[in-house]
Amino acid sequence: MNTHSLTPGHRRVSAVIIGAGQAGLAMSHCLCANGIDHVVLERGEVANSWRRERWDSLRLLTPNWQSRLPGFGYSGSDPDGYMSMPEVVDFVSGYARTLDAPIHTHTTVTRVSPVEGGYRVATDRGEWQCRALVLATGAFNRPVVPKVADAIPQVGSVKVRSITSHAYRNPGQLGKGGVLVVGAAATGLQIADELQRSGRQVILAAGEHVRMPRTYRDRDILYWMHATGMLDECHDQVEDLRRARRLPSAQLIGTPARETLDFNTLVSRGVQVVGRLAGVDGNRLQFSGSLANAVKLADLKQGRLLQRIDDFIEERGLAGEVGAADRPEPTRLPDPPRLDLDLRSGEIDTVLWATGYRPDYSWLDLPVLDAKGQLQHSGGVVTNAPGLYVMGLPFLRRRKSSFLFGTEDDARDISEHLVAHLGCARTGLCSALA
Amino acid sequence: MNTYTKIVDNGVNVPALLDAREALSQAPEAAQFRWRATCNWINGTHCQSQVEQFFGLGEDQCHKRCFTFDADHPEIFAAEDQGATPVEYVLVGLASCLTAGVASVAQHRNIQLNMVKVCIEGDMDIQGILGIDPDVRNGYRGIRVLFEVDADATHEEIEAVVAQSQKRSAVYDIITNPTPVEVVVRG
Repeated sequence: MNTHSLTPGHRRVSAVIIGAGQAGLAMSHCLCANGIDHVVLERGEVANSWRRERWDSLRLLTPNWQSRLPGFGYSGSDPDGYMSMPEVVDFVSGYARTLDAPIHTHTTVTRVSPVEGGYRVATDRGEWQCRALVLATGAFNRPVVPKVADAIPQVGSVKVRSITSHAYRNPGQLGKGGVLVVGAAATGLQIADELQRSGRQVILAAGEHVRMPRTYRDRDILYWMHATGMLDECHDQVEDLRRARRLPSAQLIGTPARETLDFNTLVSRGVQVVGRLAGVDGNRLQFSGSLANAVKLADLKQGRLLQRIDDFIEERGLAGEVGAADRPEPTRLPDPPRLDLDLRSGEIDTVLWATGYRPDYSWLDLPVLDAKGQLQHSGGVVTNAPGLYVMGLPFLRRRKSSFLFGTEDDARDISEHLVAHLGCARTGLCSALA
Repeated sequence: MNTYTKIVDNGVNVPALLDAREALSQAPEAAQFRWRATCNWINGTHCQSQVEQFFGLGEDQCHKRCFTFDADHPEIFAAEDQGATPVEYVLVGLASCLTAGVASVAQHRNIQLNMVKVCIEGDMDIQGILGIDPDVRNGYRGIRVLFEVDADATHEEIEAVVAQSQKRSAVYDIITNPTPVEVVVRG
């Protein structure tokens, strides 16, 4: 890895990659392999989001043996474990050191605009012009907070602090009172669990969610999802891609004990599960009465997933090598479900929003976003912008696209498209730039 | 993989609905609908509502004919029982919406329905509406819906159809989530 200091002015290069996380680095590896001269621009350090924008206790949801990038794999002693954030940073940084491409850290892109035959990339440390541009800035730049948040009163006797999962690091940041965690994907469940264990009463507001056990029939659930080919399902194979792309992340946690984290686990630890936060009426938060159906949908979906795994085991004759088929207990719900919470009661002093993230494209001065601000692309090839590519979004090309190990196939496919776009011009080897 | 094509007909034109979905996703303004009803007081708690016009696809629309609904209260409420109570119409709305959804989702999933029967009941403590106890709400404390479905599918597949129907139901959403209601009196 070379960290160049750049003098102001503008420089030409065949390709620019924005972002030195796993996606940008994997793409750099593939461009090097194809002899495409390029630079990687990074606003902070390598693996910046993993360093600075995750809570302290987070571990990867994928087991170590699955941590793989093009030309690089896990070599530690705990293949079944799940990396902590410092370990992820070490892993991605170690990968960066194997690459020849110039990585310009502490270089923030301020604007991307079209020029004849390519793009102009303005940064706080000079300007670049390129014929191909790869956006590898990640999907989790900005927390999304629903509109209902604006209706929460902050006057009189009501003093409720709002914090997003993006800003959350550990329970010590919060008051000693109860916490309403809004959102029941992996983030919401993990934080709800941590806060409840810290001695705070947690209420978890849950809409549609994806339930799955950590392990099934003696293997990690992701082992089976990989083995059955589910994670390799392509963007042009699924019936409703828009829905697949906005599906919440599965309720998983990576712990040394490989434990399953679902509503039943949380309820047994004292968490109250309520319906989606649907409205605010004065000082009263209102929870949807649809929790039962959200839970039913998730239980049924989990059943279909496990059945598919059972069928696979049967077809391959693996039944003798793995544990017996079973089904997790259906989700137990409070009866009747709680429908409201009076903020004046003092029951909670914090609302924690774990309601998802979206990418930040505010610096992208190109007509490539739809009415809802989403980048229009087909499998990472941005629509109506020749030479522009995106990496690392949910279900970008495959179901595994948002996983660390999903980067490999995407980088290979997209780099092929990019190379073809450049007319296969071998404009010099990476090493010539290094 | 099935090597034959199963002919499933629940009487739902799924291709037309999917075409509409695709067209409206390109033209969200045409997806803005406004549903209407009018209601006239007759006598006592008896009133008569009519449904005929609505707005959608960018213009005024009309049902094939005007539908009329009488609402009243049973004799034990000292009324004349000229029609179902308004709260029963809510049950009718929910049951009809979920059942229509089941037919549509089943058609889309290539599941032939042979029989669908819904029993719906809502529990209410009328101390609320009578103003006896301010801690009792006026509306339903809870609603239970029992689906009996005979279809060419497994029990899990039928459960999934019924769950998906709830997920896409307008009336289910209206009942389970708050909706702002504005009532004005013409001056």
